[in-house]
Amino acid sequence: MANVTVTIDGQKISVPKDLSILEAAKLLDIEIPALCYDPNLEVVGACRLCIVEIEGSKKLETSCSTKVKEGMNIFTESEKVVRIRKGIIQLLLDSHPNDCLTCQKAGECYLQKYAYEYNLNFRKHNSAMRPQLIDTSSPYILKDDSKCILCGKCVRTCAQVSDRKVLSFSDRGYDTKIICDEDKNLEESSCVSCNRCVSVCPVGALIDKRQINKLRSWEGNSLTVNCKSCQYGCEFEIKSKNNKNVAVVAKSPSNGRPLCLKGRLTTELLYVDNPETPYSKIDGKFVETSWTEALNIEDVLEKINKLNADKSSLGDD
Amino acid sequence: MNIIINGTTYEVEKNTTILQACKNAGIDIPTLCHDERLKPTSACRLCLVEVEGTKNLVTSCSTMVKENMVVHTHNEKVMKTRRDVLNLAISNHPLECLSCDKSGDCKLQDYCYEYGILNGTYKGAMRTPKIDSSNPFYDYDARKCILCGLCVRVCDELQCSNAIGFEDRGFEANVSTPFNEGLINSKCVSCGNCVSVCPVGALTPKGQKFRHWETSKVRTTCSYCGVGCQMDLVVKGKKIVDVEPAMDAINNGLLCVKGKFAYKFINHPDRLKTPLIKRNGKFEEATWDEAYRYITKKATEIKENYGPNSFAGLTSARCTNEENYLFQKLFRAVIGTNNIDHCARL
Amino acid sequence: MTNSIEEILNTDAMFVIGSNTTENHPIIGSTMKQAIKNGAKLIVADPRKIELADYADVFLQLKPGTNIALLNGMMNVILEKGLQNKEYIEERCENFEELKEIIKEYTPERVAEICGVNTEDIIKAACIYAEADKAGIYYTMGITQHTTGTAGVMSVSNLALLCGNVGKESSGVNPLRGQNNVQGACDMGGLPADLPGYQKVFKPEVIEKFEKAWNAKLSSKVGMTIPEIFNGAHDGSIKFLYIMGENPMVSDPDINHVKKSLENVDFLVVQDIFMTETSAFADVILPAASFAEKDGTFSNTERRIQRVRKAINPVGDSKPDWQILMELMNFLGYKKTYSNPSEIMDEIASVTPSYGGIDYERIENVGIQWPCLDKNHPGTKYLHKTAIARGRGLFMPAEYTESAEIPDKNYPYVFTTGRILYHYHTRTMTGRVDGINQIAPSSYVEINETTANRLGIENGDRVKLTSRRGQIETTAKITEIIDDDVLFMPFHFADGAANYLTNSAADPIAKIAELKVAAVKIEKVN
Repeated sequence: MANVTVTIDGQKISVPKDLSILEAAKLLDIEIPALCYDPNLEVVGACRLCIVEIEGSKKLETSCSTKVKEGMNIFTESEKVVRIRKGIIQLLLDSHPNDCLTCQKAGECYLQKYAYEYNLNFRKHNSAMRPQLIDTSSPYILKDDSKCILCGKCVRTCAQVSDRKVLSFSDRGYDTKIICDEDKNLEESSCVSCNRCVSVCPVGALIDKRQINKLRSWEGNSLTVNCKSCQYGCEFEIKSKNNKNVAVVAKSPSNGRPLCLKGRLTTELLYVDNPETPYSKIDGKFVETSWTEALNIEDVLEKINKLNADKSSLGDD
Repeated sequence: MNIIINGTTYEVEKNTTILQACKNAGIDIPTLCHDERLKPTSACRLCLVEVEGTKNLVTSCSTMVKENMVVHTHNEKVMKTRRDVLNLAISNHPLECLSCDKSGDCKLQDYCYEYGILNGTYKGAMRTPKIDSSNPFYDYDARKCILCGLCVRVCDELQCSNAIGFEDRGFEANVSTPFNEGLINSKCVSCGNCVSVCPVGALTPKGQKFRHWETSKVRTTCSYCGVGCQMDLVVKGKKIVDVEPAMDAINNGLLCVKGKFAYKFINHPDRLKTPLIKRNGKFEEATWDEAYRYITKKATEIKENYGPNSFAGLTSARCTNEENYLFQKLFRAVIGTNNIDHCARL
Repeated sequence: MTNSIEEILNTDAMFVIGSNTTENHPIIGSTMKQAIKNGAKLIVADPRKIELADYADVFLQLKPGTNIALLNGMMNVILEKGLQNKEYIEERCENFEELKEIIKEYTPERVAEICGVNTEDIIKAACIYAEADKAGIYYTMGITQHTTGTAGVMSVSNLALLCGNVGKESSGVNPLRGQNNVQGACDMGGLPADLPGYQKVFKPEVIEKFEKAWNAKLSSKVGMTIPEIFNGAHDGSIKFLYIMGENPMVSDPDINHVKKSLENVDFLVVQDIFMTETSAFADVILPAASFAEKDGTFSNTERRIQRVRKAINPVGDSKPDWQILMELMNFLGYKKTYSNPSEIMDEIASVTPSYGGIDYERIENVGIQWPCLDKNHPGTKYLHKTAIARGRGLFMPAEYTESAEIPDKNYPYVFTTGRILYHYHTRTMTGRVDGINQIAPSSYVEINETTANRLGIENGDRVKLTSRRGQIETTAKITEIIDDDVLFMPFHFADGAANYLTNSAADPIAKIAELKVAAVKIEKVN
């Protein structure tokens, strides 16, 4: 691969020519803010936060979707960039609830992170806010449209698994929202609760419901483990507080790492000290279920129990 | 004596508070104004528990255990009262967790999360927007003050500077210096011990902004005077961004202005970053190898011509034991002289 | 310190002499104030009305350089009133008769005259100290930085022994060590006559032990102290000077002399974290890592060996001092490597009896106070508990003598130096902290209102100070805390550095310079 030399914020670097400006900057430890960008997802240039100024170019370019070119002189924090970036963040804040006090996403929220970095705050105003549409129908995922910033990462990650494709955009302009199937709630929809969408959501719009009230993102310790359900071995984080494992968090699905509910429940059962009751979706309804049913191992367990019973009746031990 | 907490019998020592007994039993009771080092003032009301046979809930921080006392720490009555206390506190607190530097290390935030207080429901007047930013190291933002009094008490009872106190009464009450002259004009010695105990974002250090969840802490010994205070360096990336005193050490949770705030030399741009060799009266950057070879060459020449006693070394009271040991070993065992001294007399 | 910091809380009386504790050891200062709240009595003796004076039952504002007279005077009162601990003296001390002989001349009336304090206050102070069950003496450079520094320390010790306050909890003889690891630097043999653990270089068995341990030939000749080193550099006998983490161009007495000495050495290596007034003279500067960038231990004033831990990587290409020294040793032909400072500590423990039981694992959570003789030894909270270390407590009475330089017609003012809360030593570190510089930006001289008025000096005026060794300009700070005809300057500042004026005349035994007393003149700069 041919290399090109570019200058980013005064630092020269030689990089492969198929890199985006955002990726090249990362090599220099320059982190360009971005809400809709994810190295594992299709680049869409939706959030506009990653804009940069390129010498000789009239308009600002989104660094996620612009490739480096020989001799490019790029400014990631020029006065103009910062001014516009601040405007974007402020607009997002203006239609976002002031809920960091207890929001489950606090500490891991990108909107919070960038607002803090650029010294922005919630403002009091009488204009429209996003509607308070909160989908509590699923025991696994809390979908809070009032916090959605429409970055579309959830839609893209959901679509990466061909038999899922549950999430999509609906409506236009200010009314735009993310819907499940043809605007059903999570329970009635074909959502399989894999949590892929939760793992990529940059804000508190999609939350792992089984984490709520357990601990804040900054609390306790975490240990990364690989799921033992299948050969993919998806990564989960085991969160512990006061020496007790309290929650399992799905890490973002990279290539070939699909994430699934069964794997997540298996990990919960294996690691969490007091795992919550599992639920299964039966005919579009979530119902409380047993661990054996949820993990679909009734027949396996039955057989094991039978073998054990046979052994003991033979007086083996 | 025996007491029963939440249905379990525990053996506790006399002259123990209910709070202490619960702590020993591993039961977590929320507090905002409590500090084991200070006299209890029962100001925050969050540590309320129910004691059977008592009409009102009691503050566990200031109530001593009695034989066969029956205590409920988390029953519905207690929980409802605590939620009310938190609701009142947060109703009168700016909702600025988005930008507040204390976020992630704020007890009010922690308890609101734990007790499910999403929002203050008591709407009305808010605390006066007084801010004292006269001290070069820290700010006092009265809007965020919950009047727990920890800062006033630590300044009085432990630091013994008595620089701050409560001013006004009731809703107008806030922490202030005598005659409202501002911290910089008060008896304040900028020890920052008030900042270290503030449970919310009312007293915050000036300086580099950081989020608590981006940091890690490293326990070490202060590099200033010979008291040897223990403290945690708060690290974000390649930088030290804050210092917190250690509780379980000789300094008992206290630091002075140098230990608490004068850490900024560490990442100062003036730091020497490469060896320098003087050539023609000017310092030029050099590699370590060049520097070592140059010193070795000179040392060998001088030793051959003038002997080991023409060498002398000043070791350092700033360096570690291990480094001082190596320095004198270098001079004694390698160069061959006892001409070693340091600034113990300065 | 013979005793521990936490013991201060339970003491009955504290005698603070020549220590501005709340500024220079702030946490001990606060602990003392807590002790006062617990009912402890306080005696303060200092040429300046320091903060602790406000809390004192007796405050003795003595003339600089008269400590020994005061201490002798207090002992005179104690003996006169029969308040000494007779049993303790009988059982645990020696040379008491000689003490009595000298002390009897120091009547409170005569001492009051020498020190410039009230007779009644001397008596009161003596009674408070002697009548307390547990009384501790706390001192710093106000005692030691005199040509009579050693005698001053002995006199402190005499007073403590006289009342049985050595080898007892919450009492003792407690020099508060000024710098983070000055205790450790001494313990580790950073002294010309001492190998680690104060094992003397002139003792054949010591040399034999270290030669074996280090596999090297060692000199048994006592080396030079700092003043001797600078004199040697000055006269050309010292050719090679290696300065690690020190800045004598600000901190040492008679800076003009230091300057000439540094200019005169053939080869100067300076190892530091910043450029300093001293490193400007270097031939090679080696960049060191700060305390936040390395592992190790410091030994505090109560002999507690505590961990220093690496929090960040060394900035730039700087390296921890231990690594620099180790690498240089190898360049110089001594082959030895350590992969971690803990290995150096293990070597220290193997050759230093008082550190014999120290290793990083044991001090992971809480430091241990030496002596700690072996892995099972818990460390030592206070010294001389069962018996005085040398066998019996030796009274070493000393006569009061005047300072080397006393005011005269040409240099009519007593000049004394010290530290302030906001700065540390030569400001290499604190001088790079904005808030600190906002509060304490520059050099100043404290001058009494009366003296200032007589000289037509007003607060904030620029003044010129001259001694027999040098001249500086600084700013006048008019204050009530200092006596008439006495001037005080903090020595931290390179610009208007107090040490251009100070006297390098030194105590004959400890070789400590008389930084606390010089004679100067002061005039307003027009």
